[in-house]
Amino acid sequence: MKVKLLFFAGLREQLGSSGEEFEVPSSVTTVAGLRSHLSQRGEKWQSALAEGKPIRMAINQDMAQPGARLKAGDEVAFFPPVTGG
Amino acid sequence: MKVSVQPGDFDLNVEVGNISGEKTVGAVASFVGVVREVPMTLEHYPGMTESAIRKIVEEAGARWKVIDCTVIHRYGELKPGEQIVLVAVASAHRGDAFAACEFIMDYLKTRAPFWKKEHLQGGARWVEARSADDRAAERWQDPAKKAS
Repeated sequence: MKVKLLFFAGLREQLGSSGEEFEVPSSVTTVAGLRSHLSQRGEKWQSALAEGKPIRMAINQDMAQPGARLKAGDEVAFFPPVTGG
Repeated sequence: MKVSVQPGDFDLNVEVGNISGEKTVGAVASFVGVVREVPMTLEHYPGMTESAIRKIVEEAGARWKVIDCTVIHRYGELKPGEQIVLVAVASAHRGDAFAACEFIMDYLKTRAPFWKKEHLQGGARWVEARSADDRAAERWQDPAKKAS
């Protein structure tokens, strides 16, 4: 299935990408699974998304827990903890 | 309810005036956040930002008697002394207005997708989230801790 990936703030700069269409392999079913899959794309992905890094995730513009399930067409965003206000 | 995420400035008097018209309004509490010494760029997640703020305001409305509410948050380049954020809450009595205003600010700081990048003389850096902001938001989850 295809999803739309988005990256914001420091994570966007680290990855050099604000987002892309991404084909999720069938073995990946959750947003945490997707994060772990993406972290295997190369060194910068590993250092940006590795387990333990403070990364927040949202599915379709709603904060998502790691176990949240993905479906085709989802907008999946990864970003650092927020610092507005 | 008005929620606006915008690059431009806002006028506190106008915004407070806009939510004070109802005859039942007896109290308006407002908070304005201002840029301290360092110029910054504020990035946000268009779409999610507005819906996250709306959810926070709705939750405040479920907890306190809120007659009307305005939240404005700016993004883009901001200089020291410029206004960043406004939360204004109109209620019949001050208790609801104060509490709802503080709750909305605390939740906004931990749940609305904004990120600050400070432009220091030595270079730019992303501001790191503060655990004090998490604690400020968490105290609203346990009513017993609200007063502390």
